[in-house]
Amino acid sequence: MRELALHVLDILQNTVEAGATRATLTIHEDVPADWLTITVADNGRGMDAATVARVTNPFYTTRTTRHVGLGLPLYAMAAEQAGGRLHITSAPGIGTTVRAEFQLSHPDRQPLGDMAGTLLAFLLSERTPELRYEHRLRQEPAPGDRTFEFDTADIRAELGDVPFSHPAVVQWLAEFLEEGEDVLREE
Amino acid sequence: MPKLKSLDDLKRVREEAQGTLKTRLDTGTTITVGMGTCGIAAGARDTMHAILDELAASQIDAHVTTVGCIGQCVKEPLVDIEQAGLPRITYANVMPDMVHKLIEEHLIKGQPVSEWVVGRM
Repeated sequence: MRELALHVLDILQNTVEAGATRATLTIHEDVPADWLTITVADNGRGMDAATVARVTNPFYTTRTTRHVGLGLPLYAMAAEQAGGRLHITSAPGIGTTVRAEFQLSHPDRQPLGDMAGTLLAFLLSERTPELRYEHRLRQEPAPGDRTFEFDTADIRAELGDVPFSHPAVVQWLAEFLEEGEDVLREE
Repeated sequence: MPKLKSLDDLKRVREEAQGTLKTRLDTGTTITVGMGTCGIAAGARDTMHAILDELAASQIDAHVTTVGCIGQCVKEPLVDIEQAGLPRITYANVMPDMVHKLIEEHLIKGQPVSEWVVGRM
């Protein structure tokens, strides 16, 4: 995977597999501190300590259709090659938090990539948990701090029984997400 | 900071969508894209966006959704097309540049692209 947004999509899919009803995705780009932190947290079934210790081993998976599980190992590798690391905390019945840290200016840090595309792909998954998203960009001095945030529960409340996969809604979501991410980068 | 698109627009989207919702769910087309680690690494996110763009351009009403890995990782990106009353057809290794032909042949002309099909059920 060549961009962090693709890893994030993969980790977000884990919240679906974990049966979560709520998830948060937080991206903090801190330019002065030269750190990028991406955190995915959910209230899914969680893992015991022994499982947490094994999930970054590519030859461990809970699935029965195949024998390897590459999502978290690839993500850990992306963090480590950019001077950072992956932290996983989890508790059975409570949920899981996956926090990845990267040195922002590290030459081997993958670009963040198409986050709007990742969010849209996630929101069109079946059985997705409600997602609170926050993407914060801290820059000093100009142009200052910027944040794009939303909660899918607010969007769903407006939509009633119209699903996210309805073409009119897909189009609205695509524009909403692209505009939100673009606003962070505007001069 | 420029103003963001507001959630207020959603009321209009909802009103427009609700009128046709039941018909669409009963008789519609569902396209499912594999979005596990394998699918994502093979380019499934871009394939999904190509499908959304093609459907919008051709003004075809279809639900697009994603699923995790089904264990056929080498065939990703996998795309399923399910039309009410017809067998569900699975296509393998669907890259964005194949999407135009796929939608035109399968959904517009009603002829599945047999050389790309890996399964029917």
